[in-house]
Amino acid sequence: MSRIQTRFAALKKEGRGALIPYLQACDPDYDTSLELLRAMPAAGADLIEIGVPFSDPSADGPTIQAAALRGLKAGATLGLVLQMVRTFRETDSETPIVLMGYLNPIDSYGPAEFCFDAAQAGVDGIIVVDMPTEEADLLDAHAREAGLDIISLVAPTTSNSRLFHVLRDASGFVYYVSITGITGTSSASAADLEKALPRIREATSLPVAVGFGISTPEQARTASRIGDAAVVASALIKTMAGTLEDGRATERTVPAVLAQLEELAAAVRA
Amino acid sequence: MTNTSSPLSSSLANSLRSGPDERGRFGIFGGRFVAETLMPLLFELDEAYRAAQVDPAFREELDYYLKDYVGRPSPLWFARHLTEELGGAKVYFKREELNHTGSHKLNNVMGQILVARRMGKTRIVAETGAGQHGVATATVCALFGLKCTIYMGATDVERQKPNVFRMHLLGAEVKPVTAGAGTLKDAMNEAMRDWVANVADTYFLVGTVAGPHPYPEMVRDFQSVIGVETKEQITQAEGRLPDVIVAAIGGGSNAMGIFHPFLDDADVRLIGVEAAGHGLDSGKTAASISRGRPGVLHGNRTYLLQDKHGQIEEAHSISAGLDYPGIGPEHSWLNDIGRAEYVGVTDEEALEAFQVCTRTEGIIPALECAHGLAHVMKIAPTMAKDQIIVLNVSGRGDKDIFTAAHHLGVNL
Repeated sequence: MSRIQTRFAALKKEGRGALIPYLQACDPDYDTSLELLRAMPAAGADLIEIGVPFSDPSADGPTIQAAALRGLKAGATLGLVLQMVRTFRETDSETPIVLMGYLNPIDSYGPAEFCFDAAQAGVDGIIVVDMPTEEADLLDAHAREAGLDIISLVAPTTSNSRLFHVLRDASGFVYYVSITGITGTSSASAADLEKALPRIREATSLPVAVGFGISTPEQARTASRIGDAAVVASALIKTMAGTLEDGRATERTVPAVLAQLEELAAAVRA
Repeated sequence: MTNTSSPLSSSLANSLRSGPDERGRFGIFGGRFVAETLMPLLFELDEAYRAAQVDPAFREELDYYLKDYVGRPSPLWFARHLTEELGGAKVYFKREELNHTGSHKLNNVMGQILVARRMGKTRIVAETGAGQHGVATATVCALFGLKCTIYMGATDVERQKPNVFRMHLLGAEVKPVTAGAGTLKDAMNEAMRDWVANVADTYFLVGTVAGPHPYPEMVRDFQSVIGVETKEQITQAEGRLPDVIVAAIGGGSNAMGIFHPFLDDADVRLIGVEAAGHGLDSGKTAASISRGRPGVLHGNRTYLLQDKHGQIEEAHSISAGLDYPGIGPEHSWLNDIGRAEYVGVTDEEALEAFQVCTRTEGIIPALECAHGLAHVMKIAPTMAKDQIIVLNVSGRGDKDIFTAAHHLGVNL
């Protein structure tokens, strides 16, 4: 069983959904983001999503755009992100790590090389925002060979028939983009989720993570109960950004994010 | 796709004009690299566009607006004085600057707005660089009473004030984009974000032959009227096809529009002129084909200016309309198969051509097509007097007089 499968199976036994915090690699610098990454499991992260900085994050809102820019300024490259995961794996062999980003840096790295190196580094899954099912053949075979899950995204605009098409060969878990919009802007209501999830579950038996617009502990709890996991990204980055001085980390940076993560984790476990 | 059995496809089987394939690809270029949220919308658009293509009522409606509103056909002008001054090939201008709103942009916008109306959309978003596409879009939105939001880089808002004012007059909301360098690339990101957040009522009216399928194909089709007319007009004037066609390229819509009807005429050289900015090797350029490599941005695979890690670089050009780090995927393909050539012209050369055109022909060209003209000025003198060059004069330069004055050291 993959780390992702193992983790979701364990949580099912516990009778709760997962909390998936997000951090942008090298935001605001490599060391701080690595420190944060390493501390996240103890603060309640069940899986962790690492954003790979890209110059043109066209599906992201202002918060993640700014984080990506800080990451790039700090020298983030795909190679450095893999280095970060490799270092994380020295002390944590259980928490699943999923990279989220855009296609061009991967394309530039080389799809086959990337899948191989990512799996070697200890990455479990990848979410490529601008690679829909119709273009996924670029990575599919390489990812499969490397034992890397390509996490499929589905959206409110994805029709029932298309859900079956998109999720036919899905692995790992399914990422439900719960709003039609960019990250960190509006939020889906519990009623929206109650309506959407059964539709998705018809098409897959994989766990469903709910993301985009989840910011409060209450929202995280709701999403992790109706779905199987809640992804919290912009809210954590906003907190982090609030602790920076002249774009640099301060001693408050890591503790502030972890404190918020603990609150979110408590709500998901309540 | 739905049109695989259309009578056209068999006759186009060995034609360079048959692309894209059903995945929206021209060779390895093109495609549909967008978030899942947008995929269903692209399918919906594709379907609506195919239905419009085969509907005679659509064609009739478009022809009506092109003739009586846009002012087509645009003339093909023999630039006698310029020809004499250059002392070589005969130079003709395809006068797209005479269209309503002052550029070729309205050809595409007119077509797409009719598609948007058929789809029942009530709100239009668009990106713009120089503001020509923004003005064209705001214009048809005024004509049809549709809500209109235009995203424009903050830098471009500053250097294209007349067009910003025009858009305001036309009732559009202009949103300056401060991300990145505040140019066309950033405006495109922001327009895509708006679209994904307002999918139910909003139509994304792409201004060039780039973006996810079917945009590159659809925009090309609507712009092909330029080449179709040119073919007819030059045949009438000279009894034959031109030796060379030259057009400036940002995203590449005016070039694709004039090139496409000539793709199968192997004797016609097609030359796309990219903005070299301060020079192809200055690091301050917008020449995606000359100095970029293939990658994925804004929904398509194409030549992009990018660093070795796949981060997109900022483009530079004196012309806001050429200031884009990518290019339409069909151009990338035409480059790779060798059917079209792509060359660079610097800011300085374009400024010189801008003045020459104004002085010899009494036509103030947009800085975009001044790049094309600068290349014409290089090659015409090397060609025989009975050879023919057609330059696509894609826009008028009234919007650029402030920029030109600034660079020529004149305070307006």
